[in-house]
Amino acid sequence: MSLSNSLRGLLLLLPLALLAGCDMVVMSPSGDVALQQRDLIVWSTILMLLVIVPVIVLTFWFAWRYRAGNADATYEPDWDHSTVLELVIWSVPLLIIIALGAMTWVSTHQLDPYRPLERIDAQRPIPDGVEPLVIEVVAMDWKWLFLYPEQGIATINEVAAPVDRPIRFKITSSTMMNSFFIPALAGQIYAMAGMETKLHAVINKEGVYEGFSANYSGAGFSDMRFRFHGLSEHDFDAWVAKNREEGVPLDREHYLALEQPSHDEPVHRFASVEPDLYEAILNRCVQPGSLCMKDMMAIDMLRARNLCGIDDALRFLGKTSLDDIVGLRPAVSY
Amino acid sequence: MFDQLDLTTLLFGRLTWESFPYHDPIIVATFVVVAIGGLAMLALVTRYRLWGYLWNEWFTTIDHKKIGIMYMILGIIMLLRGFADAIMMRIQQAIAFDGSMGYLPPEHYDQIFTAHGVIMIFFVAMPMVTGLMNYVVPLQIGARDVAFPFLNNFSFWMTTSGAVLLMVSLFVGEFAKTGWLAYPPLSGILQSPGVGVDYYIWSLQIAGVGTLLSGINLLVTIVKMRAPGMTMMKMPVFTWTSLCTNVLIVAAFPVLTAVLGMLTLDRYLGTAFFTNDLGGNAMMYINLIWIWGHPEVYILILPLFGVFSEVVSTYSGKRLFGYASMVYATVVITVLSYLVWLHHFFTMGSGASVNSFFGITTMIISIPTGAKIFNWLFTMYRGRIQFEVPMLWTMGFIVTFVIGGMTGVLLAVPPADFVLHNSLFLVAHFHNVIIGGVLFGLFAGITYWFPKAFGYKLDPFWGKVSFWCWLVGFWLAFMPLYVLGLMGVTRRMSHFDDSSLQIWFQIAAFGAFLIAIGIAAFLFQFVVSYRRRESLRDTTGDPWNGRTLEWSTSSPPPAYNFAFTPQVHDIDAWWQMKQHGFQRPQAGFLPVHMPKNTGAGIILAGISTVLGFALIWHMWLLAGASFVALLAVTIGHTFNYKRDYYIPADEVARVESERTRMLAEHV
Repeated sequence: MSLSNSLRGLLLLLPLALLAGCDMVVMSPSGDVALQQRDLIVWSTILMLLVIVPVIVLTFWFAWRYRAGNADATYEPDWDHSTVLELVIWSVPLLIIIALGAMTWVSTHQLDPYRPLERIDAQRPIPDGVEPLVIEVVAMDWKWLFLYPEQGIATINEVAAPVDRPIRFKITSSTMMNSFFIPALAGQIYAMAGMETKLHAVINKEGVYEGFSANYSGAGFSDMRFRFHGLSEHDFDAWVAKNREEGVPLDREHYLALEQPSHDEPVHRFASVEPDLYEAILNRCVQPGSLCMKDMMAIDMLRARNLCGIDDALRFLGKTSLDDIVGLRPAVSY
Repeated sequence: MFDQLDLTTLLFGRLTWESFPYHDPIIVATFVVVAIGGLAMLALVTRYRLWGYLWNEWFTTIDHKKIGIMYMILGIIMLLRGFADAIMMRIQQAIAFDGSMGYLPPEHYDQIFTAHGVIMIFFVAMPMVTGLMNYVVPLQIGARDVAFPFLNNFSFWMTTSGAVLLMVSLFVGEFAKTGWLAYPPLSGILQSPGVGVDYYIWSLQIAGVGTLLSGINLLVTIVKMRAPGMTMMKMPVFTWTSLCTNVLIVAAFPVLTAVLGMLTLDRYLGTAFFTNDLGGNAMMYINLIWIWGHPEVYILILPLFGVFSEVVSTYSGKRLFGYASMVYATVVITVLSYLVWLHHFFTMGSGASVNSFFGITTMIISIPTGAKIFNWLFTMYRGRIQFEVPMLWTMGFIVTFVIGGMTGVLLAVPPADFVLHNSLFLVAHFHNVIIGGVLFGLFAGITYWFPKAFGYKLDPFWGKVSFWCWLVGFWLAFMPLYVLGLMGVTRRMSHFDDSSLQIWFQIAAFGAFLIAIGIAAFLFQFVVSYRRRESLRDTTGDPWNGRTLEWSTSSPPPAYNFAFTPQVHDIDAWWQMKQHGFQRPQAGFLPVHMPKNTGAGIILAGISTVLGFALIWHMWLLAGASFVALLAVTIGHTFNYKRDYYIPADEVARVESERTRMLAEHV
């Protein structure tokens, strides 16, 4: 008896011990946005357990109470309706969903990744005059390129930001659809070619955090990981300086070489970045002489509205003939 | 495409000796086992001269009962393949740590998880759900067959054709390495130039024809062929949920066909629907595929909700609590399932208002679902519950499914989804509802209706072994994935750096092995039951003291189902007939008008398989020839006027008096 009891106790403790031993980054993040997302998970779960727990208890209770062997229990084979009960079983989930729906509406707007931050953490609003640090992110096959327009540097598979300074990520991709995710910092957002998504976040604790692609993108996906460094202001400046010292320049040619698929890429550092490289990546016109998507769209729009012919459109782009627009890659070569 | 037209390319397209993966020992070993097994099977069938029997009684049958059984067999065979993929993934993820790349390189691993998803949804869950509806619905509504019996046979073989094509990809060429929904740009021709995605497209397009036609068929059957007196609000709940599912199939599957069609044009003709360049947009694919994909999950679960309703009320010996509210809940879920697709990609960057809208509509679905669960509970309340195996599956379902439902609603909160999306938490969630809901429901349904189909019950001991292994195995295999999701581990990884994760993957792998025992016990149950069939025999046709019309016939039912079309007065028609001392008619039988067998279905599907294979490998000559053959057989079949026959009244009388004799012997 005591042996079986202690065995049972051990069995119950085992998962707890395992849970204590693991680092649940989603449940204990280090950035204010991820922290609010954590709280939302906790509160939603508690709200739902209000109905889930009674259901499970009732299942076992009814199963035991009304088992065929129990002759004491009431048996009413034709009882199949009760307006009061029907009202209760529809309204209890309804009330919970109203509460959860309200929470969802408010929190989705508050934690919209496109919305600039209003606070550093629960206690501190953003001080006047603090501009967010802009980091441009490009998901490539299969590595991450980070561009710092303010600092003029770039890196591959390593990204850093000063603690308590809001960050504005501008995210795109060279080919595949990936998802940019640093669980300790904030929720993920897709990285898609020819499109830009945005993410606003802030890191509140110094440390080194894992980042990765959370959307499968082909053979090298499992190694598409990077480190995110939350640094003090001073250490961040040192990190920038290190990139300037150790790095090489990043120009279009170098970028096109990097664009080739590769696995398990080490950290690269770039001391300078060719101007407008990110714009060119976003508009799929890094290849010299290729037509940028925004220009193509501008031409299409002008022509669709019959505002101009092709000649005017070309003039608008500063080109003289269609031959100037080269480098359009056809989807299939016949 | 046409600049190098030599004879070899014309005949074989892209197929060369290099297309056969003979350098991969895992695949070669699998091939040897499959080949030996297949040859042994063919030899046995030939040895016992079963070809004629199989062709006449099964392959060409238009009997909805036999087609239903064939759907179930297809589903069970494909379950073995899908589960083999699952266990390979669990082993890979349990060992690929600390610099070890495991035993599967990414190009193989990526095919496995894609195949696992495609097989489990399209070729396990769909055939088994369709099989159950096919078998049970006509019996429940007092009909002699479905509305379009030939179409039913054709649908089954088209589904099988898709499955065959997918299985061929294992040994000839490769399967897609894109994940089960083949998102572009990864599935585009530039990023996936091989045959994998083409196998994916054509096996789903061919199987999709079958699914859509069977949806139309069952929809018409339920609307037009109910027994007199069975008004909509007197239909059995399983029939109601089948009706809603088939409405969803008819409305949703054309979207899948269209979106895969556009992907095909992108890959074969160089259009730019979903490409990165030339104005294509992958986001449209993702929207469209989920406009099909979300209703699809309700297509799978709704009929099983019906199964649970039948099972709970039968084994509680009690009318179903809140029939009307059950029906309304089902209809509400059907409608709402079209308004939630965007919750599969909150992270694509829609605005906060769009995300909240789809999050909240998703949560609203949990209200009717919750009401259903309460209705089952209050059916048990004041009942006399017999814990037969189907009831165990139902109890297991309620306890497991509510957890899956809860994590589902959690994922519907967009900011929470931002940290949980694509993680193993998500993987755990959908296995939680699909295994806990669909699969448990299928097992409940199979055990419940097996005596109806075969005339003897399934052995309860092995049923219970299977149940407990599945239940415990499921919890051990997927609870660790919830934890891993909260540890920030994403899905579809082939190896890991952080060794603190390993213990959780090992527990999950152990759970998967328990499930393997559960599957083995499930199969063994058929063997044991067959050998013990005399002691498990159901002579009454009503082994569980059932409530709906299928239990009023013999087990197995005669070819014509009902000698006289029953008259329905109540929701639980058979229960009401028993209460009122129903007497089976003993005389006055009339000849029964029945549809006749035809080989057209299997022949058309066979040609479709060849056509699909030719299109995948760019064998244009064969593709053209098989397309012409397809048209020719279709047109030829329209000239077949011998489509029906009469079962003579004498024959009906003989079958019915045999039943009378059996009932009298075993009172």
